[in-house]
Amino acid sequence: MLNFYGKTFTSRLLIGSALYPSPSIMQGAIRASGAGIVTVSLRREAAGGKTGDAFWSLIRELDVTVLPNTAGCRSVREAVTTAKLARELFGTSWIKLEVIADNDTLQPDVVGLVEAAGILIKDGFEVFPYCTEDLSVAMRLVDAGCKVVMPWAAPIGSAKGIINRDALKLLRDRLPDITLVVDAGLGAPSHAAQALELGYDAVLLNTAIAKAADPVAMANAFRLGVEAGRTAYEAGLMEARDFASPSTPVVGTPFWHAVS
Amino acid sequence: MRVTVNGEVREIVSESVDALLDELDYEGSHFAIALNYDVLPKSKWAETPLQAGDEIEIITPRQGG
Repeated sequence: MLNFYGKTFTSRLLIGSALYPSPSIMQGAIRASGAGIVTVSLRREAAGGKTGDAFWSLIRELDVTVLPNTAGCRSVREAVTTAKLARELFGTSWIKLEVIADNDTLQPDVVGLVEAAGILIKDGFEVFPYCTEDLSVAMRLVDAGCKVVMPWAAPIGSAKGIINRDALKLLRDRLPDITLVVDAGLGAPSHAAQALELGYDAVLLNTAIAKAADPVAMANAFRLGVEAGRTAYEAGLMEARDFASPSTPVVGTPFWHAVS
Repeated sequence: MRVTVNGEVREIVSESVDALLDELDYEGSHFAIALNYDVLPKSKWAETPLQAGDEIEIITPRQGG
């Protein structure tokens, strides 16, 4: 079973709560996805506003585990303070840690990320770091105490799928005891299946479901893709090869005779 | 006195965070507060005095990916 810091889950899909056409479609999509973990964020509340309360009651109705993020943070200081606010607000030591380096690609600032992860782990947080697929960064995060590492497949919201398959595979091979989640950039259920086929423990996605023409149906499609990928991984995929190999027996082929 | 609330400079009369939430008509119940980049736990909202120049962030749950 999927294990995040000692807590187990049956679904290998983590889902975001943003960008849906309506609150009821958000709830429908989250239910259809089968996800047990939903990401949320923290934002300023305008004076007199009740947006936060309204959103929070929608999430509570779903009976899911929340994973707050530090989305939008561009410095270690902002990320650490946001994580502490999240702990206060949601009563959880889990944090999806994002430190963003670049506005156009939303590329993680991996240097700041490692520093922030170290600070938060010393303070008792259980960190889910959003990182690139770089092995050296992942190893630093593990050294800092992360039991979960979440490399991107492609830039957030790009729907490109897994761009650097070999690097993701290397992470899986080199970090066998770490819970690995492909986070960001997935566009289709087949992309999610590929991540699970590589041996990734789970995927986290939002835009590909929320921006589909029918988010509830797409959430179900992703649920099936994740299940297919995991089942295939457990079944043991055959290795790819360069040449054909007949699947139909050769011996006994009509009119067959050995050629020298 | 003059403080900054969610990035906006405001003139307030409140002397504590509790009172400030009332003064600014916050009605919800699910907030977290940062005072000068440090989390101010709910248990300290009433007792912590506000000072001129303080930076206060009033934060609630929101959609996220």
